[in-house]
Formats: sequence, C-alpha cells, structure tokens
Amino acid sequence: MFGFEDPQIWLVYLLCILAALFSIVYGVTHWNKGDEDVSGEDKKWVEGEKKVSDEF
Amino acid sequence: MENMFMLTLIVIVYLFAIGYLGYYGYSKTKNALDYLVAGRSTHPFVMALSYGATFISTSAIVGFGGAAGMFGFGLLWLTFLNIAVGIIIAFLVFGKRTRKMGHNLDAHTFPELIGKRFNSYFIQGFSGAIIFIFMPLYAAAVLIGAARFIEATFPNYINFNVAILIYALIICAYVLAGGLKGVMYTDALQGAIMFLGMITLLVFTYIKLGGVVAAHQGLAALTPQVPPPLIAKGHLGWVHMPALGSALWWNLVSTIVLGVGIGVLAQPQLALRFMTVKSSKELNRAVGVGGLFILSMTGIAFVVGALSNVYFFNHPSFGKISLAVAGGNIDKIIPIYINSAMPTWFIYIFMLTLLSAAMSTSSSQFHSMGAGIGRDLYEKAILRSKHSQHTILITRLGILLGVVVTVFLGFKLPAGVIAVATAIFFGLCASVFLPTYIGALFWKGMTKTGAIASMLTGFLGSAFWLLFIHEKESAALGLCNLLFKKPTLASAPWTVVDPIVVILPISFVVAIVVSLFTKKLSGDHLKECFKHF
Repeated sequence: MFGFEDPQIWLVYLLCILAALFSIVYGVTHWNKGDEDVSGEDKKWVEGEKKVSDEF
Repeated sequence: MENMFMLTLIVIVYLFAIGYLGYYGYSKTKNALDYLVAGRSTHPFVMALSYGATFISTSAIVGFGGAAGMFGFGLLWLTFLNIAVGIIIAFLVFGKRTRKMGHNLDAHTFPELIGKRFNSYFIQGFSGAIIFIFMPLYAAAVLIGAARFIEATFPNYINFNVAILIYALIICAYVLAGGLKGVMYTDALQGAIMFLGMITLLVFTYIKLGGVVAAHQGLAALTPQVPPPLIAKGHLGWVHMPALGSALWWNLVSTIVLGVGIGVLAQPQLALRFMTVKSSKELNRAVGVGGLFILSMTGIAFVVGALSNVYFFNHPSFGKISLAVAGGNIDKIIPIYINSAMPTWFIYIFMLTLLSAAMSTSSSQFHSMGAGIGRDLYEKAILRSKHSQHTILITRLGILLGVVVTVFLGFKLPAGVIAVATAIFFGLCASVFLPTYIGALFWKGMTKTGAIASMLTGFLGSAFWLLFIHEKESAALGLCNLLFKKPTLASAPWTVVDPIVVILPISFVVAIVVSLFTKKLSGDHLKECFKHF
C-alpha cells in the first residue's frame, strides 16, 4: 500500500492520516460542546496570572 | 542562494504583518480578565494555530526531519503518537482536568500545580530545579535547529557559530521585552504560514519525485545504498523499520518514538497552556485543528526528510544519500534539502516562519527556566511562599544563566544532536513527572510521599541509566569510565534501551506502592482540588 512493502510502514502512514481525520471529525462534531460558565476560581486564576506575568 | 533584495522585502512585509497583528491582539485584549470574559468571540482557528506554533519548533522540523533522513519512514510512528497522544489524549484527557485543577489551586506553573496538589513545597522546588537544570538541553536543540537553517541559507555570510549568537541575541531581546503582547494572533499567522509552507514542501517533493507511489518506490530502490555501518546496526532501508531488537531499532523506538511521543504529556510548558483556555469547548475545537496541524508539521517533515535521499541521490550535483550530503550531520539534511530543492522566495518565507516558531518555543522555555528557579525553587520551596523582593531578580538571573548555558551547549554539543537532546529531555520529564501528574489528575489515593518517591525514583533512575548504562551517553559523559574503567556497566541490549522503557514503569510502580502504605491527603484538600470535576 502507498508503494510500501513493509506492513509496519504502510500501517503507520495510514494511521497518521486516520488519527488526523479522527481529530478533525472530533473537533467538528464537538465544536459547540463543552461550554462552561466562568467560575470564581477561573476569575481568581486569571487575575493571579496577570500579576505573575506583570512581575515577570 | 542569497537574494538580498527579496530577503529584505519579505522581512519588511513579515515584520509589518507581525507588528500589526501584535498590536491588534494587544488592543483587543487589554488584560487577561477581558480575554476570559469578553474574548469568547476569539476564532477557534486562531486559538488552535496559536497552539500549534508554540508546540512545533526547529527541533521537530529540522532535528527530527533530519533523523527521518537517516532512519526513514519508521519515524512516522512518532507522528502517530504526536497526534494520538500529544493532541487527542493530551487535550481531551489531561487538558480538561489540568485546566480545572490549575484554576482551583491557583497554580501558575506546572511545578506549582503538582506541588499544591500534593501539599508539598519540596515537590514544587524539586520540579523547578529539574526544569532549570535540564531545560537548557532542549533549548539548545531548538537553538541549534535555528542556527543550522540560517547557516544553510547564507553559506557565504554566516557560519554556524555566528548564527547561534545572532539567534541567542534576538531571543534575549524578545524575552527581556516580556515576549510579544497579544501574541495569539501573531502565533496564528506563523501557524498558518507554516501550514501552507509545509503543504507546499510536500507537494513540491512528491511532484519532483514523480508522485506518491513512485517516490516511495524510488526510496525503496535505494536500499542497497545504506552505508555498511548503519547496516551493522540494523538498518534495513528507508522504507523498512530497523531489524527488531537491533541497536537502531531500540534507538528509534525507545528513545525517539516513545521518549518524545509519551514525554510530551509531561512537558511543563505545554501542560501550562491548558490552564489558559476558557472552557472545555476550546479544547474540543483545538483537537480538530491541532491534529491536522501536527500531521502537516512532523508528518510532512519526516516524509520529506526520508524522501530527501531520493532527491539527493538522483541529483547530478549530489549523487549521494542525505547522510553523506550532510557530511554525517543529520541536523543539516532538512536545511540543505530546502535550500537546494525549493525556490528562493519560499526559502526566505519558510526561514522566517521557522525562526518565529522557534522563538515562541524558546521564549516559553526560558520563561519556564526563570520561573523554575525564581518562583518554584526560591520563593515557594526555600522561602515557603514568603514574598521576597529578590524573586524577580533571581528569576531574571535564572533566565540569563539559562541563555548562557543554552548557548554554551549550542557550541559544545556534537553534530546531529537535536533529536537526541530533545528526546533525552522529554524522556526525563516523563520519568520524573508523568506518574505524579497522572496521579494528581486521576487518583485521589495518591499521597505526597508516593509522589515524592516516584519523582526521586524517576530522576535518580534516569541519571543512573544515562551515566552508567545507556552507552551513547555514559561513554560521552565519562563518569562510568572514570569509576569502573569501562564505558558502560551493562551489556547488549540494555546499552541501547532508553531509560523511559525501564525507569518510567518503575517510577509508576513506586508511586502506587508507596501511596498505598502512606498517609492520605485530607478530604477537604482533595475536595478543593477536584472541585467542578
């Protein structure tokens, strides 16, 4: 397959493409899933992060 | 091939675009809180491409692409792990929990996350020290990759040593200026150009070699050209995996593929990125773009690296395989190939985006080193969280020292070292941090003592293995020879087995066994850690 004889090579060539396809399909089908409200901890963390990066 | 007018024009247009996007991003997100609350309209493509640009550096393209020039298509197993583990598992399994726990514990560095999770200043300080001491190895790999590309592009003007200094000065100025503000849009531009650049590189390469199948068959026909020293180590040709159990097989599978493919999960600067996203939705979306992006970066770099053998061998000016063209230095294969096979305009644009991607990686590396010594080791572990005016000074000195050590390593490390140096650092991070990181996110029963025991086992075990067993490093480091008058204490195959294969499982076992018999963390603390899960 793909001009390769060694199954370990054509298999991984295929797996790379399939893994990327899986990622794309997952990303598209979950595009609007997983939205979360901003919690108090989230806000506190962002304020802390700003302080840390300003000090840097 | 130098064309100063074209280079100047491309640099001006590029800098103008970067400057404009930097300003646009900065003015749009005045502070991080605005970004969190109001920035929900940020396009997911921008976010995901920004991820990709910080994930990928000259190490991946130049170093590992060059390694594919020697190993062949077997290196694609690393691309598969890059997508399956580095994107899918990292984002969906680790990313979501890391974000929530990081926010719950108000952690701003990776050592702080695991330190606070296990209520241990030692864990935070020890992790910071590990990052500070060993990150220069990885930073040097990125630096060498950038310098090799500059050297190959301007052979009449800039040699390797000068290129290292130029890049180091640029990175110093960049880091001292605090990095680019509103960097997400500039990262996204770099990501987009790199994506298009790599696709162009792949298409050009396959067309030049007569198509996909013909190119692969052309490489298969070169099998008799494998140099005898590589055959002796188990090389069976560039379209075959090395002979099972041979030195080259262990090198490819244990050091390169597993070391980097698994080690990515415990990369401190990457784990930190998960905390900066707003919700799981962004991680879901980033998986799609991230998977495609990584395929187009490492996947194409490895395919092109392997196929460069056909190009060079059939080219009348070369007539040799890639390793011979590069004078035995695999780090030179990709820069020489691109400079020889691609049009001048492409080389300049590609160089600029490659250097920009390297800069965002270098910048995050030096920040991690500075935070490791200043915040994690000095302020948290030594001063026990007492605020000190010296923290900022120590952080800056830490960055400066990190840059100096990195540049020193850039000059001193042997040829063809990018992939190996990166893999050693990734493997070390996996053995030291991964069991503790997994336990932190997924196992409430893991104890502070279990975490400390696992990290010490990972560190001491890896150090022992590299100093006394794994012959490539033990012979170079010389301690084994000094003490025992031989380069390694073990015999084949252990001398070529990477520490990640042996030490990481031991580190896991130690974490589990010690946790089962030591004092558990309080229920209230665990409730705080796992809030909103």
